[in-house]
Amino acid sequence: MNDTERTIINGLQGGFPVCERPFLAAAERLGLSEEALIDGLRGLLDAGVLSRFGPMYHAERLGGALSLVAMEIPAADFEQIAGQVNAFPEVAHNYARDHTFNMWFVLATEKPERKTEILDEIERITGYRVYDMPKLTEYFVGLRLDV
Amino acid sequence: MNLIRLEELFADPRDLALFHALQEGLPLLARPYAALGERAGYTEDEVIARLEAWRTSGLIKRLGVIVRHRRLGYLANAMVVWDVPDTEVRRVAAELCQRSFVTLCYRRPRRGPDWPYNLFCMIHGQDRNRVESQVRQLIDDCGMASWPTATLFSSRCFKQRGARYIPENRMVSSVRHGQYA
Repeated sequence: MNDTERTIINGLQGGFPVCERPFLAAAERLGLSEEALIDGLRGLLDAGVLSRFGPMYHAERLGGALSLVAMEIPAADFEQIAGQVNAFPEVAHNYARDHTFNMWFVLATEKPERKTEILDEIERITGYRVYDMPKLTEYFVGLRLDV
Repeated sequence: MNLIRLEELFADPRDLALFHALQEGLPLLARPYAALGERAGYTEDEVIARLEAWRTSGLIKRLGVIVRHRRLGYLANAMVVWDVPDTEVRRVAAELCQRSFVTLCYRRPRRGPDWPYNLFCMIHGQDRNRVESQVRQLIDDCGMASWPTATLFSSRCFKQRGARYIPENRMVSSVRHGQYA
């Protein structure tokens, strides 16, 4: 990763300007040219370092549902079940974790009732129980990684 | 649980179109808000006003780069959970949030004897030993030694992308194709 890319990642994890020439305004703040910023972002997206450059919406405020869901899957079945779960476009990400509850995914649906439908469907397709753990309180949303 | 539909939240179909166009990512053009406006049927100024309103209302939590942290060398990512007495959760959460290495912190429902934990925090780290010592430090500093806990490192990521809202009706796609432009 070069210095420009590092500057972009460290400087643009929030607070991108909303004005006529936002890349110019952000670039000036970061000590880059507008063109270098745009090219740098395109490179980071193409390389897959960034999954997106855009908004993080507040799911609950939109009337949708967002939940963390755990499953306990035998190792031999894990690949197959992961494929079945990930096939739902509402599954935002899915991690294997080292615990008897070894599959953890985030589910985001536009309609709250759709969450229950998808969870029922996952249990039916996979034959394994889902443990739905929606957040009750969010204490901190400062996820920010320095590179 | 409220039952708002996106279509109800956005009375003006241009807002819904803007919402969907923006979630695909900001166009990498000198005037991205003008480009979004063309897709939604708004002028550049109108897009700027809408987005500022959405930021103020909290509908947009943040606008910027969404990183794939594993690609940045953050491979030691732990979800640390505790069974904290309900009366203590708020105090402990406030203390956890003061540590710079704690990146997220939530209270969630317990799920029976197999999952008695109600307080979750994330530590995204580059070195597993270091993350483990940070967890011990949290337990000491916040007086959590007597409560059941577990540390779940992620071993693989199967899918990582931002949450995305799937358009449900045809109006959205027709708006996308410029019917309101």
